[in-house]
Amino acid sequence: MPQMRPVAFLNARLIDPASGVETAGGALVIDGLIRDLGAGVTAAASPTDALAIDCAGDVLAPGLVDMRVFVGEPGQEHRETIATASAAAAAGGVTTIVATPDARPVVDDPAVVDFLLRRARDIGLVRLLPAAALTKRLQGEEIAEIGLLKEAGAIAFGNGARSIANSQVMRRAMTYARDYDALVMHLPKDDALAGEGVMNEGELATRLGLPGSPREAEAVIVDRDLRLAALTRSRYHAEMVSTTLSLEAIRRAKEAGLAVSCGVGINHLTLNESDIGDYRSYLKLSPPLRREEERSALVEALAEGLIDVIVSDHDPQDVETKRLPFADAADGSIGLETLLSAGLRLVAADRLSLPSLLAALSYRPAKILGLPQGRLARGAPADLIRFDPHEPWVVDPTRFLSRCRNTPFDEAKMEGRVKTVMVAGAIVKD
Amino acid sequence: MANSFAFGGRHLLGIEGLAPLEIVALLDLAENSIGLTRQADRKGTLRGRTQVNLFFEASTRTQASFELAGKRLGADVMNMSVANSSVKKGETLIDTAVTLNAMRPDVIIVRHPRAGAVHLLARKVDCAVVNAGDGAHEHPTQALLDALTIRRRKGVIAGLTVAICGDVAHSRVARSNILLLSALGARVRVVGPSTLLPGGIERLGVERHSDMRSGLKGADIVMMLRLQHERMQGAYVPSLREYFHFHGLDLDKLALAAPDALVMHPGPINRGVEIDSAVADGPRSLINEQVEMGVAVRMAVLEALARNMPAG
Repeated sequence: MPQMRPVAFLNARLIDPASGVETAGGALVIDGLIRDLGAGVTAAASPTDALAIDCAGDVLAPGLVDMRVFVGEPGQEHRETIATASAAAAAGGVTTIVATPDARPVVDDPAVVDFLLRRARDIGLVRLLPAAALTKRLQGEEIAEIGLLKEAGAIAFGNGARSIANSQVMRRAMTYARDYDALVMHLPKDDALAGEGVMNEGELATRLGLPGSPREAEAVIVDRDLRLAALTRSRYHAEMVSTTLSLEAIRRAKEAGLAVSCGVGINHLTLNESDIGDYRSYLKLSPPLRREEERSALVEALAEGLIDVIVSDHDPQDVETKRLPFADAADGSIGLETLLSAGLRLVAADRLSLPSLLAALSYRPAKILGLPQGRLARGAPADLIRFDPHEPWVVDPTRFLSRCRNTPFDEAKMEGRVKTVMVAGAIVKD
Repeated sequence: MANSFAFGGRHLLGIEGLAPLEIVALLDLAENSIGLTRQADRKGTLRGRTQVNLFFEASTRTQASFELAGKRLGADVMNMSVANSSVKKGETLIDTAVTLNAMRPDVIIVRHPRAGAVHLLARKVDCAVVNAGDGAHEHPTQALLDALTIRRRKGVIAGLTVAICGDVAHSRVARSNILLLSALGARVRVVGPSTLLPGGIERLGVERHSDMRSGLKGADIVMMLRLQHERMQGAYVPSLREYFHFHGLDLDKLALAAPDALVMHPGPINRGVEIDSAVADGPRSLINEQVEMGVAVRMAVLEALARNMPAG
């Protein structure tokens, strides 16, 4: 590999989400690592061959770590490819993506994990970490080869968009996963209880004439999973929660000292069911958007640290699956390129501090995954983003690098946009 | 061999409840029978006695071993292989017991797929009962023959580290061995994927290891269990290749055990699933010796029970 030129970020507002500390100064990057940090890093103090980047007071923070990204490969290349997902991630300041296991074939064979790692290495834009299937073919019936998959490089184990209904299977999978210290991730949803529901159950669903899915469809599985986490003593992560009912259960589990964590989708923090408006299918999500009170409670739980991470839940869908009557449309929205900007809305609204937002987008997911990323510290990997949190821009999906356009933020006014992105010491966006 | 202590029970239903001295007495008695299995002149301890082998679960080797043991002691041996009817097991069992009892046998050897079934039967008959395996509960003669094999090779059992590896949850062999080896002072470890280690097993006084490499470290005896893979795949372990990779005994993993560690398996073995052929057929394998000790131990058990039978 050719020797990379040192890079000196100067005059930046340094935010370390691990400590919450904010300082003025610079960061010196050598050989893919942060070599020096703080007020001492100046143009004069940098190596003579270093590339100097004047940040002019912009924020310099760790790159984002997104725990839930659908990358399309193998098998769904019409929706996304590792190349387009990586480009979209780099554009959005996401330097590490965890690929969901619902590929075709499913990521339940070590050879598929190997394929993903090789493809990502060849593209080399951002870090891609494959999550493997918790159950074979994601069918929720048989435990996948967790040991061999982890040896092949799987970072965690989830069941993609599908929930595991059988509690015995879930218990055994969690028990088995513990032997390999594997992180079990799950999108909690009781499919039978959710039934035909396509949006949050309640007044609005009734007015729109759409079948609703109750909050309990999520909460009963969160409850069950947390009890199983207590029984099996395994590491458990609820990938996305959307209701206060789930939060109550997570609070109890955390207070009991269990090794559990949870995520929330950026859409659930920034939108509510009313945004569905005139049957906008780009806002058809799973879990569904809830009422404003729920959204507000999620933001509060995030600020408090009860919710650990924010995910984009980047889920590209093409027109064939989205330009349909609301109930027939596929779930999901893209999110890599708007993740940070949407999150900054919460900071602008004074609901969340900037370090807290960045912690939920980098430090905490990295910590849950056991990665050294997410820290602005000497010796940490030089995965960095530079952004002006106040730069205004308007979302224009035609300029997205993702293969699909299904954003819920079409034409939305945003504040804050990534300018420079570095992954392992290499600048991937400038 | 002189014995100040003898086995005093009417039945042999399990290792549980046996005093260490009773176990030693049975092993000593078995030691005497080892030569006899090779001789034409047989003991007549059970001459005129009737032994019924009542097997509710198919078993070739255990049934043959008990049959041979009985015949070598001069008993009339009758084999009853009861079809494993899935319905009304409880009723069938008691009905069978009552019917058999009316035929006045002296000893019944029973194997049943359900834990506790042999105890239930023992309460309904007047003769001696030997448990030849009840569900995942106990298989006392297997533990005795394992102990005899170990004792002959290692001299003593006390102080040895024994790693019992594999499907402990469904294994009666594991339970009987844990009880027996612990009673005689061995340090017992159970090693297997957590899905195959039953809850609360630590309370039986064993160390639990889900990482086979740590579980084998320094072990004097590596006792492999059979994986009933027909019903395992997907439910308890993901696949046979993963099981073999992490929990199959090969030369590589065996190298972590003590340099003079010996390998045992109750049979029949699954090559390439829980044990590699290079180990199963290798110089440290006691698998065939275990089979030989099986006949001796069963003769000893029958002899000990005969001493406690009313005069025939």
